Amino acid sequence: MKRLVLLSSVSSDAHTWNLVYLQLLIEELGHDVVNLGACVPDGLLVESALRHGPDLVVLSTVNGHGYGDGKRVITALRAQQALRNTPVVIGGKLGVAGPLEPERVDELRAAGFDAVFGTDAGAEELRRFIGDLVPTSAGGELVT
Amino acid sequence: MTISEFIAQDGVLVVQPRMGFSDPDLMRRGLLAVAQASARAVATITLDSYTRVNDVPAAAVALRDGVPLNGYPILNHPPSVTRAMVEPLVAAGIPVQVRHGSALPLEIFAALAECGLAATEGGPVSYCLPYSRVPLPQAVDNWARACDLLARAPGAHLESFGGCMLGQLCPPSLLVAISVLEAMFFRQHGLRSVSLSYAQQTDRRQDMEAMDAMHRIAAVELSDVDWHIVLYAYMGVFPRTRSGALDLLGDAAELAVHGGADRLIVKTPAEAFRIPTIEENISAMEYAAAVADEVARGDPKTERLVDTGVYAEARTLVDAVLDLSPDIGRALRLAFARGVLDVPYCLHPDNAGLSRGVLDDSGRLRWSRVGRMPLPRPPDPGPGRSTPSADLLSALSYVERKYDRATL
Ligand code: B12
Repeated sequence: MKRLVLLSSVSSDAHTWNLVYLQLLIEELGHDVVNLGACVPDGLLVESALRHGPDLVVLSTVNGHGYGDGKRVITALRAQQALRNTPVVIGGKLGVAGPLEPERVDELRAAGFDAVFGTDAGAEELRRFIGDLVPTSAGGELVT
Repeated sequence: MTISEFIAQDGVLVVQPRMGFSDPDLMRRGLLAVAQASARAVATITLDSYTRVNDVPAAAVALRDGVPLNGYPILNHPPSVTRAMVEPLVAAGIPVQVRHGSALPLEIFAALAECGLAATEGGPVSYCLPYSRVPLPQAVDNWARACDLLARAPGAHLESFGGCMLGQLCPPSLLVAISVLEAMFFRQHGLRSVSLSYAQQTDRRQDMEAMDAMHRIAAVELSDVDWHIVLYAYMGVFPRTRSGALDLLGDAAELAVHGGADRLIVKTPAEAFRIPTIEENISAMEYAAAVADEVARGDPKTERLVDTGVYAEARTLVDAVLDLSPDIGRALRLAFARGVLDVPYCLHPDNAGLSRGVLDDSGRLRWSRVGRMPLPRPPDPGPGRSTPSADLLSALSYVERKYDRATL
């Protein structure tokens, strides 16, 4: 089942090799990707998610601000009625001191992420996650 | 003392960390540690990513909530705090450079002036395309004004970041060309002291050739200003083992000496994982300085330079850009709009995105596609070895594998 994946960095992060790589990977799994690129302001991400109605939003960030940027932007996404149930995940290097503390991972999940991938999560984890998504008319929904 | 006076002092390779912390007290301790290190070192204040994208409020929220940033938020801390922080170094004659990664640096440059700092880096292209989604024309304008401002400061020094461009998989000729062109842009906007960067890539002999090309072109184009070359230790995916990381850093120090760089910016064994601590920065600097010292005392390099065309390509690119307009900012804008310069894998909307770099079987970087750049068309690279994603990851991690394997 072909899905539409919205792939994006967060507002402060300029790294793009992660995005280039993930786009190729997700396309190889047979899905379509809209890649918003580097330093995506919250407003642009929200607007793009509303416009494209993706089956999944993948946020990738490695500059160490992922915890703060992620928490802020997931709150903005979940504030939209239309994006309440859209699966949204985040991964990469999310803190400046190595793997994020478990409490912070929990905070990110509590703020609305469906999954938070740690430093060493790679292709396999993402493949499995996408494989577990089932489509609904209102966008994707998670099998839990 | 200015960076160039410092470098001229006793002819040894000057080393420099990439160091930045959000807490002024930690930052101050880091600066002092650099001043006291057993190496001839320039100190660095690396700014955080919120400041880089001009998001002062987000940095303020992080400071309020005690979330550590990946650098020093110079626009959030009062100038008096920053001034007091650098004062002991100024008194000891140790230059302090601010590294910022901003496409729109005017506000940052104004803050530098208020803090009594006059050495920084970047460039209208190298801090726009890989660091932002700001339209290139806007970055060029903002950089022009920022340079005009910086040039008024006594002892101003500006380093081009053009030798890095996404850190990896960009063939050296384009790195050389962008560094030279940005330095010429700085000169056109009043700077009298500049540096050109080159980042260590995948093959030592190719790097030597590229640094030689940079020397030759800069000698012609920048003959009326003070300039030197700064080498960056590898800027791509870093080895994960401690010995692999140090081995790569040691090779960078050797390359700096043999390739005629006057300054080396180091990386640490923490690179692959997280922001390095003060101690990790200091020991990486001291290690690089010791290697450089040993290399400088040893036999002068004996290997011959092989001409694989880096100089000719870089010269062609520089000339093609300069032909577009006598105003270098305008020439750079036109060059990207027309694809005369085209950075491989760069997602920025103002980059043509038609070029590609690859590693050949011997581990040298070369073009697989040149797009509309006026360069020789490379042979068809043929099919990849695996899936595109796996091939990309394998190219990105070539250096990491080489150095980590050597240590296993
Ligand atoms: C190349 C590079 C750059 C290039 C980036 C060019 C570009 N446009 O992409 C340049 C030189 C420009 C750069 C700049 C900066 N960088 Co940088 N950079 C790197 C470096 C060396 C390699 C990154 C890379 O290309 N990896 C290749 C890709 C394919 O892998 P990846 O990004 O690690 O992603 C993998 C996984 O994390 C995972 N993944 C990623 N996202 C997601 C998402 C999901 C859902 C899943 C499942 C998996 C996943 O999958 C990928 C494949 O395995 C790393 C250090 C390293 N790793 O060696 C530092 C590093 C990421 N950079 C860092 C920093 C801080 C910066 C700067 C802020 C400057 C600074 N203060 O030092 C600026 C960024 C400015 C900004 N506004 O953010 C830090 C981040 C620190 C932290 N997190 O604690 C690192 C770790 C270096 C360090 N130790 O200080 N950088």
